[in-house]
Amino acid sequence: MFGYVTRRVLSAIPVALIAVTACFFILRLAPGGPFDGERALPPTTLANLRAHYNLDLPLIQQYFIYVSRLLQGDFGPSMVYNDFTVAQMLWIGLPFTLTLGLSAFVIGTLVGLVAGALSAVNQNKWPDYLLVMIVVIGLVVPNFLMAAILQLVFGVYLNWVPAGGWQSGSIPHLVLPITVLVLPHAGRTARLMRGSMIEVLSTNYVRTAKSKGLGQRLILARHAIKPALLPVVSYLGPGLSYLLTGSLVVEQIFALPGIGRYFISAALNRDYGLVLGTTILYMFVILAVNLLVDILYAWLDPKVRYS
Amino acid sequence: MKITQTLTAVATAGAMALLMSTAASAVTLNMMNGSEPGSIDPHQASGDWENRIIGDYIEGLMTEDADAQAIPGQAESHTVSDDGLVYTFKLRDGIQWSDGTPVTAGDFVFAFQRLFDPKTASDYAYLQFPIKNGSEIAEGTVTDFDELGVKALDDKTVEITLEGPTPFFLQALTHYTAYPVPKHVIDKVGTEWTKVENIVSNGPYTPTEWLPGSYIKSVKSETYWDAANVQIDEVNYFVQEDLAAALSRYRAGEYDILTDIPSDQAEWIKTNLPGQDYFAPFLGIYYYVINQEKPPFDNAEVRKALSMSINRDVIGPDVLGTGELPAYGWVPEGTANYEGVTPYQPEWIGLSYEERVAEAKAIMEGLGYTADSPLPVQLKYNTNDNHQRIAVAISSMWEQIGVKTELFNSETAVHYDALRAGDFEIGRAGWLLDYSDPSNTLDLLRTGIMQDGAMNWGNNYGRYANEEFDALMDQATTEQDLVARAAMLGEAEKIAMDETAAFPIYWYIAQNVVSPEISGFVSNASDIHRTRWLSKAE
Repeated sequence: MFGYVTRRVLSAIPVALIAVTACFFILRLAPGGPFDGERALPPTTLANLRAHYNLDLPLIQQYFIYVSRLLQGDFGPSMVYNDFTVAQMLWIGLPFTLTLGLSAFVIGTLVGLVAGALSAVNQNKWPDYLLVMIVVIGLVVPNFLMAAILQLVFGVYLNWVPAGGWQSGSIPHLVLPITVLVLPHAGRTARLMRGSMIEVLSTNYVRTAKSKGLGQRLILARHAIKPALLPVVSYLGPGLSYLLTGSLVVEQIFALPGIGRYFISAALNRDYGLVLGTTILYMFVILAVNLLVDILYAWLDPKVRYS
Repeated sequence: MKITQTLTAVATAGAMALLMSTAASAVTLNMMNGSEPGSIDPHQASGDWENRIIGDYIEGLMTEDADAQAIPGQAESHTVSDDGLVYTFKLRDGIQWSDGTPVTAGDFVFAFQRLFDPKTASDYAYLQFPIKNGSEIAEGTVTDFDELGVKALDDKTVEITLEGPTPFFLQALTHYTAYPVPKHVIDKVGTEWTKVENIVSNGPYTPTEWLPGSYIKSVKSETYWDAANVQIDEVNYFVQEDLAAALSRYRAGEYDILTDIPSDQAEWIKTNLPGQDYFAPFLGIYYYVINQEKPPFDNAEVRKALSMSINRDVIGPDVLGTGELPAYGWVPEGTANYEGVTPYQPEWIGLSYEERVAEAKAIMEGLGYTADSPLPVQLKYNTNDNHQRIAVAISSMWEQIGVKTELFNSETAVHYDALRAGDFEIGRAGWLLDYSDPSNTLDLLRTGIMQDGAMNWGNNYGRYANEEFDALMDQATTEQDLVARAAMLGEAEKIAMDETAAFPIYWYIAQNVVSPEISGFVSNASDIHRTRWLSKAE
């Protein structure tokens, strides 16, 4: 197991380097720059700004400056947000994005697993139909629409919870954004769980267990759940990455201070430093998540471990 | 049943906590402020969402009243020399930064030097270029800061010398580029001075919390000279980019003021939130630029035909639904220093729309452009629902006169990069006046200047060039008599518009929504509303 983990960690290094390099150069290929706003800057000002951010140097030199700073943990300045460095902004925003994403992940996964299992056990009976219907709604309604509906119903009409904002992470402020993130994640998890559970329940060894006279609970707990989890676990990695990177719509609508919003706005602003910073951070998160999932998979499925 | 009970219990507890906290705390103004501030350093800021915060915590020599007119701020009085070149300001007694350090004339001198310093690279330094040697220092041709026309005669007296008489100078001093900055703090911590742990203020409020992406909180400063008349104790400037969500949060009572709305909700707001809509014209123009280096757009007749076939009357009320007023001239109505000039109207204003189209069609046919062999036109705009609606509407209006429009949209940075590079035929642009003076929009049409072997067209994207126009603008810069100056500027506007230097489309309107609990909010042409003038009913 230790060898397996070491191999995986080492193989992440070239991946990270390629990603940083590709991102750096692709960004510069895009037309427009960080100082192309609605108003033309006087040429001297523009020249001063470009010199300040080293944009006047040859691209390859800028790249080496960036990478050497990055190796020292310095993400450099943002070109749009002057009062904070990229590292400061990410450092402030990351806990919010993690709180949001991880809470939605835990809740969504648990809800999805239970709903999927219930559905499978009651296949083609009313609880199954009801759950499938809810799952489909969670999956097909886009999150910006769901957010707006929840905001109107629970924030404006019923006035049960705040319609947005953060307010030092008080629980009521988190209810709506987390719900919006939970629905599609729980939906996908439930669908996978239902499918694989139905498959497992129709296998020969479950039939054997049944004919031995084992109770349904015992069959589920001892024989069905673990193998049924496999396809779900392989989805959890991308699922978590999606929750962490895909929270930008939710962050925008509910005006939350996470880093998801920078992902898009910085790219549109051509804020080179912030785009790279956000991308690198997300890259590490995704690499770490994938690694965790693979370890979990190896634990669940011996075939993976020994191959 | 149980779930309902639990939910009710949670909701009740939450509501009680909320009630208790408001009862215990001060009067708080919750303002939907739009984007995340790029900086709250007055020399680095560039947007109105930054201005709202900065203007509440720093005060210049002059400041704005509730109607956004220039009134004395840190200076209690001023005198102007007879030639209009030297302004002498007397600072108020006892003014201080929020840490107790006195505000001195030296802070102003330091601030102006820092503003023009090429190392600061301030975007908006050019707004203070009327000051002697300001532009020379910013461009690096003068390196001795002592040459700058801002001097401290003593701790209480600031003397500002101008390049030429500038009738709008006092108004320009209300702009944040003219604000003082705390030298004693900047000397110590440098660019970190805007961090809440370092920041000091000389205005009515002091920033105390800043959570990027969420909000900035400022609290009332007790050291402000007029603190006794400041009603609101705390202001939260919330970052909120999604406008539909902003309206929901306003309706849920989470915001007292919305500074922008989703434009398709304007009618709904007028009907359902009566008395809370503060939709009023303010100084800004939405227009299209035409690249006059590319034929056939160098032909004024083609430009005229294109312009007159735009049905401006339907853009505001129908295409956008917010009721923007049609624009035919270049200087917004209500602009200061423009007394005695009748608003510009093209000679075809008296024609009905059908007659205009017929005339435009005749012009285009005369040049060989018909429905069968139309003039192909590229129309570029930055990606945005409203820009798109307008572009689609206008392209169908042009279709009637033998013009086939191809629409291109791109994100803001790419769009303006193309406009500046001259890589367009017709492009969307907009301008909000920095201060209330006709020169602020007319300057957009000045011929570019030769710099380092290349033409620098600045914000004149369409590359309109007319010597007579430029001469009038130059003449107006030195004219001291305001009426004569206004007449010159009016003539310049007429020259440019008669030649259809650009297509003005509509005058912007400010779209504020203000809770009935707030009083003191006055719609004004600058759309500047300092918190100092507001109060909130408990």
